[in-house]
Amino acid sequence: MIPAAFDYVRAGSAEEALAALAEHGDEAKLMAGGHSLIPLMRFRLVTPGVVVDVGNIDGDLRGIRVDGDVVRIGALTRHSELEHSTDLAASCPLLAHVASVVGDPSVRHRGTLGGSLAHADPASDLPAAILALGGSLVARGPGGEREIAASDFFTGFLESALAPDELLTEVRVPVSTGGWNYQKFNRRAQDWAIVAVAVSDGGKGVSLVNMGSTPLRATAVEEAVAGGASAAEAAAHAADGTTPPEDLNGDADYRSHLARVLTERALNAAGLA
Amino acid sequence: MSAGAVRVRLSVNGESHEIEVEPRTLLVHALRDSIGLTGTNVGCDTSSCGACTILVDGRSAKSCTMLAVQAEGSEIVTIEGLAATSDGDGLHPMQEAFHECHGLQCGYCTPGMILASVSLVDEYPDLDDKKVREGLEGNLCRCTGYHNIVRAVLTAAGKEA
Ligand SMILES: Cc1cc2nc3c(=O)[nH]c(=O)nc-3n(C[C@H](O)[C@H](O)[C@H](O)COP(=O)(O)OP(=O)(O)OC[C@H]3O[C@@H](n4cnc5c(N)ncnc54)[C@H](O)[C@@H]3O)c2cc1C
Ligand code: FES
Ligand code: FES
Repeated sequence: MIPAAFDYVRAGSAEEALAALAEHGDEAKLMAGGHSLIPLMRFRLVTPGVVVDVGNIDGDLRGIRVDGDVVRIGALTRHSELEHSTDLAASCPLLAHVASVVGDPSVRHRGTLGGSLAHADPASDLPAAILALGGSLVARGPGGEREIAASDFFTGFLESALAPDELLTEVRVPVSTGGWNYQKFNRRAQDWAIVAVAVSDGGKGVSLVNMGSTPLRATAVEEAVAGGASAAEAAAHAADGTTPPEDLNGDADYRSHLARVLTERALNAAGLA
Repeated sequence: MSAGAVRVRLSVNGESHEIEVEPRTLLVHALRDSIGLTGTNVGCDTSSCGACTILVDGRSAKSCTMLAVQAEGSEIVTIEGLAATSDGDGLHPMQEAFHECHGLQCGYCTPGMILASVSLVDEYPDLDDKKVREGLEGNLCRCTGYHNIVRAVLTAAGKEA
């Protein structure tokens, strides 16, 4: 399986990447780690005319900086860098942990945080972490930079609020060291989650993986926790308003059941009785 | 130069190679077909099996999930060049351990398994049986000789199984 032919542009900077996007318009597709894009291109589900490779851009687009009560992460930071960062483990342990359970080590060496978010797959782990943390994403385009709240970013199946001529440059999450947990349910360690639940700050932020067409915030659970509910009471609302996918791993009822069980476990582990 | 081909300079096992490939050429095919290093196998072609695992700048990567053009500027090590990265003139300690512990049967998964294991031991200093099993989850052995593979990795890591 070999991708359809395309032209290749290696961008040396964010400016070069934006210029290439502007020049090639709809034909162009950004590539960071390529670990979502290349599999899709091999199946020819995606056939860009021009691939703009941003994977070698360094500087501000890569790395983790704790800046007061905000953690700023370059969009091109790889999963394995998040996993091993002592700064991130101290300032936002949920995100460091979630990065460590993505795929297998070889995937984590190549995949990037920005790529995982821009890909907007409801089965992915990192979008759920950023949602539960109440993070935001910084996009740079021809008109300058804008900041998008994670809760406004995921607009549909594999669709995001990013415009085709925009580059994600940074991901921002609050410093968050309150009770947290991530429950990823799958059958083998490297697999995607059948369902997963992320909890931050003792239950203030709760999000769901693979429970709909986008990564989801479990707002009903968050509201119940804010209203003083117990973990069991709040978790009973985990599947409220969701439309879980059906596949070989399970039907919608099974996924709803998993969401409730995993949410209760995650809330308990995050310190809510 | 054929239509659409580009020149790519790859550093593989310490040697620089200049090849002509189309941008869509996967790294594993460039290694096997353009450079002639056929020790890197293709198992699944869908990023699942790890037979194509190589080292890119010292860390494991699935070469069926990289374009050859992406690898320009990186240092690549394949199974053919692994022994030379260790001291002494014999096998690499991980190859030695696979040999000693009988960590292979047909050998198809072995190049990828060994390179993934070298990277794993380097990346995670506190390995134990469970962590090796999880760390090698992206490498499948269709002969299912996992028990001896795990023993080999722990032996090479100095955590006698
Ligand atoms: C075998 C395997 C197992 C995996 N298992 C998991 C798993 O368990 N959990 C999980 O969450 N993920 C998993 N993944 C996906 C992996 O995490 C990907 O790395 C990630 O989803 C995409 O990151 P990337 O940098 O590789 O993006 P790419 O593939 O390069 O790009 C993905 C998309 O994002 C866009 N994009 C990339 N960077 C930017 C940017 N800076 N600005 C704007 N758009 C951008 C691209 O145009 C493309 O549309 C797995 C992948 C593989 C191959
Ligand atoms: S051939 Fe690359 S992972 Fe199977
Ligand atoms: S030894 Fe045969 S596939 Fe692993």
